[in-house]
Amino acid sequence: MDKVLMKGNEAIGAAAIKAGCKHFFGYPITPQNELPEFMSRELPKIDGVFVQAESEVAAINMIYGAAGTGARVMTSSSSPGIALKQEGISYLAGAELPCVIVNISRGGPGLGGIQPSQADYYQSTRGGGNGDYRHLVYAPATLQEAVDLTIEAFDIADYYRNPVIVLGDGMIGQMMEPVEFKEPKKRDLPDKDWTTTGTKRNRKPNIINSLALDPAELEKHNIKLDKKYKTIEEKEVRHEMYKMDNAEVVLVAYGTTSRIVKNAIDALEEEGISVGLIRPITLWPFPYKAFAEIPNTCKALLSVEMSMGQMIDDVKIANEGKLPVHFYGRSGGMIPTPEAIMEKVKEIWGGAK
Amino acid sequence: MPKRKGKVIFTEDRCKGCELCTTVCPVDIVKMNKSRINVKGYHPATVDEMEKCIACGNCATICPDVVIKIETIEEEK
Amino acid sequence: MAVVFDRTQGLAEKQFHYCPGCTHGIIHRLVGEVLEELGVLGDAIGVAPVGCSVLAYDYFNCDMHEAAHGRAPAVATGIKRVLPEGVVFTYQGDGDLASIGTAEIIHAAHRGEKITTIFVNNAIYGMTGGQMAPTTLIGQKATTAPYGRDAVDTGMPLRMSEMLATIDGAVFVERTTVHNVAGIRKTKKAIKKAFEVQLAGLGFGIVEILSTCPTNWGITPVESLKWLEENMIPYYPLGNFRTPEEGK
Repeated sequence: MDKVLMKGNEAIGAAAIKAGCKHFFGYPITPQNELPEFMSRELPKIDGVFVQAESEVAAINMIYGAAGTGARVMTSSSSPGIALKQEGISYLAGAELPCVIVNISRGGPGLGGIQPSQADYYQSTRGGGNGDYRHLVYAPATLQEAVDLTIEAFDIADYYRNPVIVLGDGMIGQMMEPVEFKEPKKRDLPDKDWTTTGTKRNRKPNIINSLALDPAELEKHNIKLDKKYKTIEEKEVRHEMYKMDNAEVVLVAYGTTSRIVKNAIDALEEEGISVGLIRPITLWPFPYKAFAEIPNTCKALLSVEMSMGQMIDDVKIANEGKLPVHFYGRSGGMIPTPEAIMEKVKEIWGGAK
Repeated sequence: MPKRKGKVIFTEDRCKGCELCTTVCPVDIVKMNKSRINVKGYHPATVDEMEKCIACGNCATICPDVVIKIETIEEEK
Repeated sequence: MAVVFDRTQGLAEKQFHYCPGCTHGIIHRLVGEVLEELGVLGDAIGVAPVGCSVLAYDYFNCDMHEAAHGRAPAVATGIKRVLPEGVVFTYQGDGDLASIGTAEIIHAAHRGEKITTIFVNNAIYGMTGGQMAPTTLIGQKATTAPYGRDAVDTGMPLRMSEMLATIDGAVFVERTTVHNVAGIRKTKKAIKKAFEVQLAGLGFGIVEILSTCPTNWGITPVESLKWLEENMIPYYPLGNFRTPEEGK
């Protein structure tokens, strides 16, 4: 399988098509514009459908309709646009509709900026919609991983009948890297007997709905959804451990920030300071269990994020008060440098000696 | 040509006593049955002088709850 | 002995929850009859709004979606774009379509989505207990316009059919009423035509149907028919605003 040099946004689009997605509903917003542009070029070639909706709100509701017919569907946007989709995502989870939602996140709050950021962590992992719902959140660090996770996301969405978020950032979307498009791991996907494709007068009507006015019914539904989320937590959590053996400080970082952290770790190693990294690949479910493998040489944890600190909450949960937890971050689209991270580690490491 | 004669059948327990049907009958035979209450607690619509019915379908057309079915009756020659 | 009027296959068995005399029930029946008569029940996929007819997904005898408030035209777009041979319709009230969902209905029309919208205008928010809607008439009282709607503060009522008729993609736009038998029969014809426009793939079709809300108008069902005639029709003139030229 030879590799192709592609821009992240386009690679993600190509990955979706590879996974059998033939219907895309989007709306312009920087820094993800190349994705809908790519889909508007490529989908007609395979008699797929590209629709530019009048808003992100309309787009997510088109997803709701299209997913209800059983088609593999995707939408993409960036931070403020994803905020507009939150109600729709809650409906998708409530109605148990599979789909893939890509967020190429940018600096906030409000209109914010268009540079890369990880300040949508809360929005992605806690959800901005109403009610008890969760959805898997993939956080790719490289374009190859973005491609692999996007392809996987469609199977996961179908397998669990749930929306899946692929959370990149401006860098993932705008960078170019060589990628290849591999088949995903085989899963036997449940058949879709719930879709609204027309009864053809030979079955009872199927209904796609998230309304349940009877509280006992709604609770029963919530319990059913919760079972699904517990299964996802158990089966689909993913993370990477990097140079954890006898690490004295363990950093926690995801996405493009984790690549910068790895450079800092390698440089610190040459200075005789051993530092490890826990890299969540799924932000929800968060890899809490990975923290049990932290060696007892470790004196402190450091959450490194392109935000003012959001994932640090989960780091503290995972840490259960055992170690001091520090934070280093840049926000607004500023990118942390390896040197700055090294300095922060030395400050912690020095203090902890 | 003998006048068409009809028969009006009420699925009484679906009636909500809204009385719309009583306002459109050209021969004014659709009434509310004030002497009885249906399962929903309403006086159901009814027709006493069925022989006057001309099967025009107005009452069924304006009924919001699909209570009314209408049949034509063969005129004994 | 022949049956001249019977329950349509287009409706499910479930009884309507609507208030006594609410003309939603008539409109439901007309849509069911049209779907049955056109022989498309097996391909029909409807989208219910949020409003009194939110529960419509239980009333039509075809596959249904329940959409977020105002978003039915977008949901229907998603369905139709995946299933072009599906007979896709939205059933929406005036709060759903003329307030929160104006962007969605205008853009579905603007894109010429080949779907059919049944738009029930009763000049009020019914399900939530009688609040003012964009279609509430001047001087009409509502729970959020207790002194009667005042144009200075809240603008003039929205005439959706006239607005949508300016959009080329909306190839069929008609406003009818169900406050009397003649109006009901014309409404059925309009609904049938709107679906035929969809089946012919000509573009977007909408029927705006003036309808009653006895409970929140605070008058009896029979009085509501008269109130509609005397107050709504003068402001919302009936008629066809747009139809594909014959033979097209």
